[in-house]
Amino acid sequence: MPKTIAEINEKIRKGQAVVVNAEEVVEIVKKMGMSKAAQEVDVVTTGTFGPMCSSGAYFNVGHTKPKIKLGGGRSYLNDIPVYTGLAAVDVFLGATAIPDDDPRNKVYPGHFNYGGGHVIEDLVAGKDVRLSSTAYGTDCYPRKKLDTWINIKDMNQATLFNVRNAYQNYNIAVNVSDKMIYTYMGVLKPNLGNANYCSAGQLSPLLNDPYYKTVGIGTKIFLGGGVGYVAWQGTQHAPDSLRGDNGVPKRGAGTLAVIGDMKQMSPRYLVGTSFLGYGCTMTVGIGLPIPILSEEILQYTTVTDDEIFAAVIDYSDAYPNYKPDILGEASYGQLRSGKIEMDGKEIPTAALSSYPRALEIANTLKEWIKKGDFALTDPVELIPGVEQGVTFKPLNERPVEEK
Amino acid sequence: MAVSRRVVLRFPRSLVDQPIVSKLIRDYNLDFNILKASVSPREEGLLVLELMGQSKDFDKAMAYLTEAGVVTQPLSRDIRRNEQRCTDCGACVVMCPTGAFEVDEVTRKVLFEDTKCIACELCLLTCPPRAMELTF
Repeated sequence: MPKTIAEINEKIRKGQAVVVNAEEVVEIVKKMGMSKAAQEVDVVTTGTFGPMCSSGAYFNVGHTKPKIKLGGGRSYLNDIPVYTGLAAVDVFLGATAIPDDDPRNKVYPGHFNYGGGHVIEDLVAGKDVRLSSTAYGTDCYPRKKLDTWINIKDMNQATLFNVRNAYQNYNIAVNVSDKMIYTYMGVLKPNLGNANYCSAGQLSPLLNDPYYKTVGIGTKIFLGGGVGYVAWQGTQHAPDSLRGDNGVPKRGAGTLAVIGDMKQMSPRYLVGTSFLGYGCTMTVGIGLPIPILSEEILQYTTVTDDEIFAAVIDYSDAYPNYKPDILGEASYGQLRSGKIEMDGKEIPTAALSSYPRALEIANTLKEWIKKGDFALTDPVELIPGVEQGVTFKPLNERPVEEK
Repeated sequence: MAVSRRVVLRFPRSLVDQPIVSKLIRDYNLDFNILKASVSPREEGLLVLELMGQSKDFDKAMAYLTEAGVVTQPLSRDIRRNEQRCTDCGACVVMCPTGAFEVDEVTRKVLFEDTKCIACELCLLTCPPRAMELTF
């Protein structure tokens, strides 16, 4: 008998909901059988903690006296440029933004020690950050300069808004060339020296709901240590990606755009991150609760690392040149063993996404739900599924004729 | 008693052009393995050595170095992990040439065994949250 979210919430309110994480559910289903477990289990919690570049935050910093219009001028938080093309005192900070005077890759490989993600981490840690602005001045906003310390608690709004997070599966990055390369997948040693991967695998949110049967606009989630919501499908959402017989994507597929109040988030789950020779980003913690509304939904949550495969991609040629070639596939079970085999060669593997912290997130979310602090939401609309024709297209460049 | 110890030697500018290590090895009967060597733009020298030999010879060698003006300290204090910043991702595991990082098979946490560390510093900039710190 299928359940509804309202029925599950009733149990959560009474403190009677049966909540388990995406690791525990595997054993439970083995013991009880799918049908009985679908009756018993109400919610399966998932978690992921990895670098997610399309993250950022917008702030309303409050008006100065006399007033200043940051829009059209230049503003910085701890020397990191923010986007000001909004109303007078609204700004947007991207996780990958870096200081104007950062040497970038001019001294190769660049270090990228501090960027937008680090500012977000400092803000949620309660540290003061420096807001410096110049503006052009208008009759209604006469002030032209501002230089002040600001704290997150003094801002009117500090809202984390990440346009692409929680990628459903990801590439395994290798380097077949004969020189070291520096990528967003970490440092890749020559001649298949290492293979780097980045997914929480069997704990990962969208790998446990591969067809997006429960997740949509308004789904309440764990975000950065606080509560957030799914805002929309993420950018590059690609439900039509190649899938295995179990329905689980074998390539990058679905993504989520997420939003939440930064004032209740924590630096443990929003960590400023640097990739040598590549740039700055932010490591984000997300946990998605999956309501067990049917046996089918439960079955998807029982997926294990041995049943989830990803593609091995050469980042010295295939990736930068947008070639479709893959070198092979490996399961997360193999990846977590510490090595994979390619053409008879053993390649050591490294994760960029933290499994222990993903598990910590799934367990934290589980405790919140069990204690009755976190009720589930019914999504307003599910994110686009396989049948909806959403695809991930390359840019079609068209030459611009000079007039 | 035979010992094998890893030491950090810091040479002031005045000693950079002198054959200190040559004398150290010849007069005190020690075997050595250079783990790291550099001379900074201000011409201060840094040398990380693994020294093997008799305990009493090792102690005399250290006394000689100190007298010559070389600042010495055991290597183990060099590279530390900031446990607050480490997220247990595991990016360091494939970078370390001596296998000082290992993923615990059960907890998946990344273990740092500093006795295996030779202070090559490869992990410093390749750690995404920059949890590895160099201290002298």
